[in-house]
Amino acid sequence: MGSEKGLRKTFKEWDEGPVAKTLAKFPERKEQFETLSGIPVDRLYGPSEKALMEYEQELCFPGMFPFTRGVQPTMYRGRFWTMRQYSGFATAKETNERFKFLLNQGQTGLSIAFDLPTQIGYDSDNPLAQGEVGKVGVAINSLADMELLFDGIPLDKVSTSMTINAPAAILLAMYIAVGEKQGVPMNKLRGTIQNDILKEYVARGTFIHGPKESMRLITDTFKFCSENMPLWNTISISGYHIREAGSTAVQEVAFTLANGIAYVDAAIKVGLDVDSFASRLSFFFGSHSDFFEEIAKFRAARRLWAKIMHDRFGAKDDSSCRMRFHTQTAGCTLTAQQPDNNVVRVTLQALQGVLGGTQSLHTNSRDEALSLPTEQSVQIALRTQQIIAYETGVGDTIDPLAGSYFIEHLTDEVEKRAMEYIIKIDDLGGAPAAIEKGFIQREINDSAYEFQQAIDNSTRVVVGLNKFTVEEEQQFDYLRVDPAVEAEQIGRLQEMREERDQAAVEKTLEALRSAAESDSNLMPLILDAVKAYATLGEMCGVLREVFGEYRAPDIL
Amino acid sequence: MPAIKLVKGVLKGNRRDLARLITLIENEHSSAATALSMLYKHTGNAHIVGVTGPPGSGKSTLVTRITAEYRKRSKTIGIVCVDPSSPFTGGALLGDRIRMQEHSLDKDVYVRSMSTRGHLGGLARATSDAVRAIDASGKDIVIVETVGAGQSEVQVVEVAHTVIVADVPGAGDDIQAIKAGIMEIADIFVVNKADYPGADRKVIEINAMLDLDSRERSWRPPVLLTNALTGEGIPELVDTIGAHMSYLQETGLLKQKGLQRSRDELEQIMEYKLTNELFTRLRGTPEYEQAIKKIAGRNDDPYSVAERLIADFLISVRE
Amino acid sequence: MSSSKKIRVLVAKPGLDGHDRGAKIVARALRDAGMEVIYTGLRQTPEMIVEAAISEDVNVIGLSILSGAHNALFPKIMELLKAEGGDNILVIGGGIIPHDDVPALKAVGIAEVFGPGTPLADIVGYIESNVKL
Repeated sequence: MGSEKGLRKTFKEWDEGPVAKTLAKFPERKEQFETLSGIPVDRLYGPSEKALMEYEQELCFPGMFPFTRGVQPTMYRGRFWTMRQYSGFATAKETNERFKFLLNQGQTGLSIAFDLPTQIGYDSDNPLAQGEVGKVGVAINSLADMELLFDGIPLDKVSTSMTINAPAAILLAMYIAVGEKQGVPMNKLRGTIQNDILKEYVARGTFIHGPKESMRLITDTFKFCSENMPLWNTISISGYHIREAGSTAVQEVAFTLANGIAYVDAAIKVGLDVDSFASRLSFFFGSHSDFFEEIAKFRAARRLWAKIMHDRFGAKDDSSCRMRFHTQTAGCTLTAQQPDNNVVRVTLQALQGVLGGTQSLHTNSRDEALSLPTEQSVQIALRTQQIIAYETGVGDTIDPLAGSYFIEHLTDEVEKRAMEYIIKIDDLGGAPAAIEKGFIQREINDSAYEFQQAIDNSTRVVVGLNKFTVEEEQQFDYLRVDPAVEAEQIGRLQEMREERDQAAVEKTLEALRSAAESDSNLMPLILDAVKAYATLGEMCGVLREVFGEYRAPDIL
Repeated sequence: MPAIKLVKGVLKGNRRDLARLITLIENEHSSAATALSMLYKHTGNAHIVGVTGPPGSGKSTLVTRITAEYRKRSKTIGIVCVDPSSPFTGGALLGDRIRMQEHSLDKDVYVRSMSTRGHLGGLARATSDAVRAIDASGKDIVIVETVGAGQSEVQVVEVAHTVIVADVPGAGDDIQAIKAGIMEIADIFVVNKADYPGADRKVIEINAMLDLDSRERSWRPPVLLTNALTGEGIPELVDTIGAHMSYLQETGLLKQKGLQRSRDELEQIMEYKLTNELFTRLRGTPEYEQAIKKIAGRNDDPYSVAERLIADFLISVRE
Repeated sequence: MSSSKKIRVLVAKPGLDGHDRGAKIVARALRDAGMEVIYTGLRQTPEMIVEAAISEDVNVIGLSILSGAHNALFPKIMELLKAEGGDNILVIGGGIIPHDDVPALKAVGIAEVFGPGTPLADIVGYIESNVKL
């Protein structure tokens, strides 16, 4: 507990422990940081002489439990957050070109958007895929597409995030297979699969099977990665889509962490030790328009998760309690009216993420309320992050808003209110039961409707939309996915099917089927099928037959 | 008379004409009654199954599963799903179709969503006639899903031959959820979602309540366990629905119920027509308004005024 | 007997995207405007949408799509609807639909397209003044 003396002692421990260790491994960006007028900027500002009683317990130092002030001892003084723009469209070949463009522009991580058929486990030639191929992301039907996607991009040099959920295990297997072909073993691969099915049922909608079977696929990947892929983030527990569906900041934290609890429960239930997998759990939040509340939200989420892991699950390892998260600026706040204003919105929201201590960041493009972003818009979005990082100095000291009466109060409130929701969800039997009963969906829908009504009756101002409006001609360059892409992709798929060893495909698919019917881990069998060039649709088809398909209990 | 033009199509099983007729029934269009009277002799063939239960008891999912089982047995199905209307705006959100997607392209399954339009009792005023129209269109089974039912939403018993009361473990605080009213109208109990903990206990509780029921009856409602996700227990449920129909036929109860239903319906229609006729004549006339004022001023009393007005009405009808 | 008509609306999500925030908000707003709204859920094929519209005898179909597949799916829906005799139904669209695509969609019979930021009252008003009961 924090007496002045105790706090000094903890500070010393922090300074000589985690900080020294981190510096030895990752030196800071500069020897000395200073403001434009030459005032030195220290690593951290805290309660100094006036030690607060609760400081040590509720805030403590960066990289120390409960991680309110950040997950690393030096944060952005060592290295900026990962600038990771979500992208992908059309075919693997075109997306590969966009990836190379982004890496050339100084982006530091890749983030793949898949098209909807891929996300729902259909090949491009499935009748349900008509009109959807390559639209919201890249179409990946088989290992052949994945090889093309990463052609000329060494997998030991990049970290790759894949927004894939229901068939996450399959895409991960394809990534592993590409790595092997490049000579990069899987224990060297860095990246993330979203793999968060629970939020699909409440917010995003790309589920295939029911919760029970989906949870099995997830715990299978946890287990496989804990044994083979120490650098891989096995899940990105996502509040972003919950927020985009219309929740409040408090609900975003509460429902995301409740889902997180469900995954940890499931993994423990299948026999995994909490400290064997918890450090590879990662999170994903939105950054919406309420400046201080959003910053407080990130800090509160970190603290609450740390406490949950420690108190509820008895995690012994500090790294199991450390919430690392990706942030994306809120797509739902972008307006189709006066779209250039969106650049300003995105700037503020990106800043919130940085002040909240995010590990990586996606900044939205100004034209996303109109269509898929153009290359120019994507570049402005990336430049926004670079300006925040390299010009403003906000990363030169850690958690600079800590100690603000308002920020600390908001942090406490968000944590408290989120915890109240989590208790309610526990009473309903946990997140899966609360989803089944429609509780979470109803809460989100109510908030979404209220928000829209507030905009409609102008109690909430959206500049350019319900105030300061202008008559404008819609003139914007759209990124268009050529309709010919669909036919081209289908052609390539059919060619690939003809060239591959059909017997090997059938054999691996049969093996996958019998494994699905038993309890054994599906990852190795998926990997075999992937290497035999079985398609995503074929593998998901087998799993659909064994596991069935889920119909959403849509709650209005 | 738009409804009458639809009769031929309905009898042929044309779903668009059926859908339009049901709209006219719901809107109380003047031609709907004529169309229904033309259809009447073609009704009485379908087995009408009511599905009711407290909110959240998984009625729609159960209906979907029952439908799938009937389709395996080559039966054609009509479904009417009733949802409550908003008491403030009269609007309604009808979301039951969402769970019935797997049947959405099956021409032998007709699904109609219906708002109660302010009607109480668990059904819409038009439900009974809509069921009749579906029956006339040749469906073997018509399933009526009520709004989430409490104690008073029991009107389904007047429409259905067989009433299924669905419940889930832990749906209410305890057995209270299906106490009283809807408990008494059940021909079959279904405890849905058999993988949830507490399902077996629920079955025991319902059976215990049935033991307490002292009424004489030769059909003791069976209590079945189903899992709407896996479909477990559904074939047995459909068998039991069939068994209930055989029971109704063998004991003569079906005939007896039919007589009772015809009597009730005739009386309801007459009552509705009579009062409608009576009030159409009275309302707005100066004499009527004067009489009401007198009652309010205590210069007359409602009992004598009612006698007098009805007597006058009967005389005028006779003339 | 007097006739009391209600506007019946089918709110449907064609295509594979799961972004149903807009569809659900619009469904609620139409309910609050006194309409009867049938919501069909996600991943509806053109065939399913048309079948539901005919069986439910709706006056209006509201299509919400954010996946970019509107140019493939909307015309298909209109074609099937015509074949099933549903030409009297008012069909409107919403979601992320680039302006340049709107004329072609209107040409196949989509009455209006409502983009992001449309006030709910505009949609309600449009339906009330254009629906054929």
